[in-house]
Amino acid sequence: MARKNTGVDRRKFLAGAAITGATTAIPAGIGARAQTAAQQPTAAFVRRPSTAAAEAEMAGNVTPSPGTLSGPPGSDFMVDVLKSLDIDFVFSNPASSCRGIHESIVNYGGNKKPEFVTCMHEESAVAMTHGYYKVAGKPAAALCHGTVGLQHAAMAVYNAWCDRAASFVMVGNRADAATREPGVPTIHAVQDPGSLIRDFTKWDDNPQSLQHFAESAVRAYKIAMTPPHEPVLMVLEEKLQENAMEKGDKPLVIPKLNLVSPPAGDPNAVREAAQLLAMADNPVIVADRVARTPAGIKHLVELAETLNAPVIDQLGRMNMPNNHHLYQLGGALIAQADVIVGLELTDFWGTVNKMDDSYAGEQRLRIKPGTKLISIGVGDLYIRANYQDFERYQPVDIAIGADAEATLPMLTEYVRQAIPADRRAMIAARGEKAKKGQAAARDRNLAAAAANAWDASPISSARYSAEIWNQIKNENWALVSRDSSLSNWPHRLWNFDQHHQFIGGPGGAGIGYGLPAAVGASFAHKAAGGRLCVNIQNDGDSMYAPGALWTAAHHKVPMLTLMWNNRAYHQEIMHLQRMANWRQRDVSTAHVGTTIWDPYVNYAKLAEALGHVGIGPITDPKELGPAVKRGIEAVKMGEPVLIDVVCQPR
Amino acid sequence: MRISIVASSVFVAAMLGSSAAFAAAAAPQGDAAKGKANFERVGCWQCHGHQGQGGNAGARIADPVPLAWPAFLAWVRTTSGDMPPYTEKVLATSDLVDIYAYLQSVPKTPDYKTIPLLQQSATR
Repeated sequence: MARKNTGVDRRKFLAGAAITGATTAIPAGIGARAQTAAQQPTAAFVRRPSTAAAEAEMAGNVTPSPGTLSGPPGSDFMVDVLKSLDIDFVFSNPASSCRGIHESIVNYGGNKKPEFVTCMHEESAVAMTHGYYKVAGKPAAALCHGTVGLQHAAMAVYNAWCDRAASFVMVGNRADAATREPGVPTIHAVQDPGSLIRDFTKWDDNPQSLQHFAESAVRAYKIAMTPPHEPVLMVLEEKLQENAMEKGDKPLVIPKLNLVSPPAGDPNAVREAAQLLAMADNPVIVADRVARTPAGIKHLVELAETLNAPVIDQLGRMNMPNNHHLYQLGGALIAQADVIVGLELTDFWGTVNKMDDSYAGEQRLRIKPGTKLISIGVGDLYIRANYQDFERYQPVDIAIGADAEATLPMLTEYVRQAIPADRRAMIAARGEKAKKGQAAARDRNLAAAAANAWDASPISSARYSAEIWNQIKNENWALVSRDSSLSNWPHRLWNFDQHHQFIGGPGGAGIGYGLPAAVGASFAHKAAGGRLCVNIQNDGDSMYAPGALWTAAHHKVPMLTLMWNNRAYHQEIMHLQRMANWRQRDVSTAHVGTTIWDPYVNYAKLAEALGHVGIGPITDPKELGPAVKRGIEAVKMGEPVLIDVVCQPR
Repeated sequence: MRISIVASSVFVAAMLGSSAAFAAAAAPQGDAAKGKANFERVGCWQCHGHQGQGGNAGARIADPVPLAWPAFLAWVRTTSGDMPPYTEKVLATSDLVDIYAYLQSVPKTPDYKTIPLLQQSATR
């Protein structure tokens, strides 16, 4: 296929940049580095290995050889833009439509900040950015092939969307049919790549020039990081990547990135909410995706302690230390509340209502008549029509469209002001009662753990969790998975008190998220100083794209994966059984199509084949503790480890 | 399980015709080994665990079995919440008797204070 040699004269290009000004005009590489340093004063200065070669090349007149570019390719500039955005990793499965930027990342950018991370599935690549974001607090990039690659990635983008996770997704494409090779390159081209995932991305663009790319990439990043944080998509036109930079007198400019400050609530509405909470006899706080940062935990604890109100954690994020006397797992206190404040709830309706999965589909209200409801969250500020992740509509008494973390300090201060002197003793007594109740609740919890088939094989969820905790409790650990499949026993037995120790769930409940998200989170933990990453891995989820294990091994990301191997898609067994019950037919067939046996998957051997230390299968609970200890020792040596543990269903 | 169902269990048992004889007995004699096989076959374990220990998908139903036989029978036959009802056509009462015997045979839970791992968690 013909490639236009439209290279710009480098001397002219740099001269123009210098005239325009160092902070705005961007010769490829140089200006981008300056901007990155200005934005992030603590970030390490990233030397671009090809700088010296490029400068040497520009010292004399260069006549391009036939079949080569006359100047730097556009994708070099794209890499500069990514560097300016402080993107550390590009998770990708290699593809022809991305070959230009792939080569630039490696050779021009030196494969550092961003580093190209080899993934074995685009869905895994995006899920890795998802897990990475929730630890690093900033987006990583996913680079996908046009059409088929983005189709693979779509489910993971949806998960990130539902989970309000920023991801900088890029897709290669060649729009100009006249310059496309026939066959596969044309099959893999598309008029409008963004249309595939536009329903669940916050913004996308298809830049037609490098300057357009720079502006849109900075805009995309800014939009992704404005609450609600969401995935965005940038189309990388192949010609822009592969051709030499365009001729022209205007220098390329990478706009300065200034993130939008998260919106705090309207003071009048917040004051009204504070008044309701201050005068409540049984206020309850419900938290879903509240703590975007460690500060969110601090702010939530301050509100809870000001009111001495229980906080029901819906586990969307690491919201509050679970050993705090006001921390609650489970929603039983909802029924007693007279005022409920929901913070960043995806599902307020489901919080205050119950709907059975019965043939009748019975619904009932879980709250008392007259209970006042307050919502604080960005869900009211941003919604799309097609996909139903916004859940059912719940009317509330006060709706504050704002970022909860940003609003909490104001709310707490207004609550302090609103509490009358004659209620302070009652509120203090509420706190003392909660402290006393905590000891009794812990006692009940431990008794329940012992009663949870403690010595059974397959291994029970409580025993499994206790054995792991015994081995990690003195380490700098982080759970890089959710724990709902094992009845939240880690949250019932472990101490979660640091923001990085928990990342919530997939958001969209799309299976195949768990393993790659854990890998992505582990990349961030490694960069943060090498925390011990513990991934409790559902067996069914792992088989969607087990190649994520190879990515961890290849990139030397140590993590400890413990299979939660119940050898089935258990929820689906229950669904099939429920159908048979309703229809009064044979319930013993519920295993058909829902179980993972005959043969059992040997996850230890699978992991070994993918570069891990494989241990197991472990079926005897007495063997689990020593196996975890051995696994941790190997992780500390830099090895990724997988321990296969055969478990009870929940 | 719901209190309303427990309270109405005698009435429900009386309505179950041939099951009424079982309902009249405090605890019919069943075969625990057969009951365990039935427990697996009809999928009780999916929500309640292999030992009836319960979890976030189903209540704990062993050690102790929380319902006397008449209430247990009524609950299994008529529950209308997340747990689907098991009719006589799906699960014969004689098989349910064996399941009941199995649940009663589940070994008693140890005191957590005798379990070192849990004692450590007690001071967390």
